[in-house]
Amino acid sequence: MKREILRLENIVKKFGKLTVLDEILLSIYENEFVTLLGPSGCGKTTLLRIIGGFEQPDAGRVIFNGKDIARVPSNKRPFNTVFQKYSLFNHMTVEENIAFGPEISGKSTDYIRGKISYALKLVNLEGYEKHDVTKLSGGQQQRIAIARAIVNEPKILLLDEPLSALDLKLRRSMRAELVRIKKETGITFIFVTHDQEEALSMSDTVVVMNQGYIQQIGTPENVYNEPENAFVADFIGDSNIIDGVMVHDKLVRILGREYPCVDVGFPPESPVDVQIRPEDITLDEPQEDALNGVVTKVGFWGMSYDIYVSAGGFEWLIQSIHRREVGEEVSLHLDPENIQIMVKPQSEDEAKLVED
Amino acid sequence: MFRSIGLRNLFLVPFCVWAGIFIFVPVVFIIYYGLTDTAGNFTWDNISMILRREYYSSLRLSVLLALVTTIVCLLLAYPLCLILVERAKSSGAIIILLFVLPLWMNTLLSTMAWQTIFEHDGILNQVLRIFSLPDLTLINTPTAVVIGMIYNYLPYMVLPLYVTLSKIDKSIFEAAKDLGASAWQTFWKVTLPLSLPGAISGITMVFIPALTTFAISALLGGSKLLLIGNVIEQEFTVEYDWHLGSALSSVLMIFIIVYMVLTFAFEQSHQEED
Repeated sequence: MKREILRLENIVKKFGKLTVLDEILLSIYENEFVTLLGPSGCGKTTLLRIIGGFEQPDAGRVIFNGKDIARVPSNKRPFNTVFQKYSLFNHMTVEENIAFGPEISGKSTDYIRGKISYALKLVNLEGYEKHDVTKLSGGQQQRIAIARAIVNEPKILLLDEPLSALDLKLRRSMRAELVRIKKETGITFIFVTHDQEEALSMSDTVVVMNQGYIQQIGTPENVYNEPENAFVADFIGDSNIIDGVMVHDKLVRILGREYPCVDVGFPPESPVDVQIRPEDITLDEPQEDALNGVVTKVGFWGMSYDIYVSAGGFEWLIQSIHRREVGEEVSLHLDPENIQIMVKPQSEDEAKLVED
Repeated sequence: MFRSIGLRNLFLVPFCVWAGIFIFVPVVFIIYYGLTDTAGNFTWDNISMILRREYYSSLRLSVLLALVTTIVCLLLAYPLCLILVERAKSSGAIIILLFVLPLWMNTLLSTMAWQTIFEHDGILNQVLRIFSLPDLTLINTPTAVVIGMIYNYLPYMVLPLYVTLSKIDKSIFEAAKDLGASAWQTFWKVTLPLSLPGAISGITMVFIPALTTFAISALLGGSKLLLIGNVIEQEFTVEYDWHLGSALSSVLMIFIIVYMVLTFAFEQSHQEED
């Protein structure tokens, strides 16, 4: 049974006239790796800062262990933060940085010494006690920032885009490190990022946000394979999103053709958004009765080719390991289980959210 | 390569000429006058005059008032700058501009204004009389001189401190708070050490002019309150004793050199600690 550790109830935050967070409802469970994912300006960092106590919500409650802590200052919360720019104390050594928290809370020298060596071991920087933090690499500084937070044994660790300043390779290895550190310490992680790959590869739960609203909460597989709306589909991974009409259960009409699908429960003849992942489309020789088109553009990304095909009045994106030439005629094939049907936004307001 | 280095050195020539004629030569002259008598013979007599009570007490008073001025400026500037860096850049900069405004005015002019405020029948006492409060005797007291110096030198403390503080990433303060530090602990453990270079330049830029001033003390201290700057001025312009004036200047220079060496050594040791 998962135990709820933090609950956000109807959090509203406005900066001037701009509503950054609108009635946010979110439960976070003990020992969970939760990622707040969204484009810049979606409110994810503000939400993290509210949890950390660096901002106060205009309305709503932050419930921790049954108590509202929305007005408790950050130095009195049992949470610690790993900041985007590391924010290490440059006038202190590695050791002094890590000892900062325990010293403030009046721990004994022996306890602190033990904690420092434990934390440095945890982040693979044993023997760096006396080093000057300004002389460390970006990756090492980030590890020290993690160690400095972990030694306080926070109930929740807040991570504000901690990997964004690192290069790609380092970022990848740090992802695995973070997951390992989370497992070893058993601390609940709340991680903020705009990088969907980061979110999908590390999290237990992904919270997709846009324009101050939560768009979807789910496991990484869940939000990737079954996006609830076109924003989520578009933001996470590449997508072909096409206007469609649900003919009846398990049959959808797109671009004038009818395709079998697996979704049920939509009213007959209702307009829907149809999402098809670029890697789920297979290309073949042109055939009668198939959706035929012409390759308009080809890009190479190392792992695969991005192939753009104009077919049925729509520009399709297809990812394939087989190269195609521009001008080549091809046919497109879709499997029913790869066609994802999503509810069309009801109001103009919602539609705008999706477009943005 | 050789040519470019030659060209670079060429640009240094005007500065070297300037420094030679207007900085190095005058210092040599002052030391020469200080160490000779009217006949041009070498002597320690001028220098040892500093041990005479009248000169020694002037020097002691100068050091004391300069210290008080520096400490008060530091205590005023720190909270001000801390509050200002927390505000938006634009509004903070405007307030800084207001505090720096005394720099735009001639020191003599603003000090004379203080004179009219502090006089026996000055603005301050007139205001006090309206409220039937007793008069304050400020003119020709050390307090008046210190207030005049604070007014004139505060900008030199505020500017370097503000610049240093505004360069510190605000998330550093958040990190300290996040790790459990109270506002006070954050100041002592993080803000103060990180802003120390700015504080040291501020202290230097206030302490040295405060130590050597003669205009402010002449206008607000009167003829009885003699700082070392006033004594030196009198030796040159009233007594025409260039030898004694130069000797006292040399002593003051030694004080300043000792101060500079100390701050330099402190900064060096601090950098090694980092």
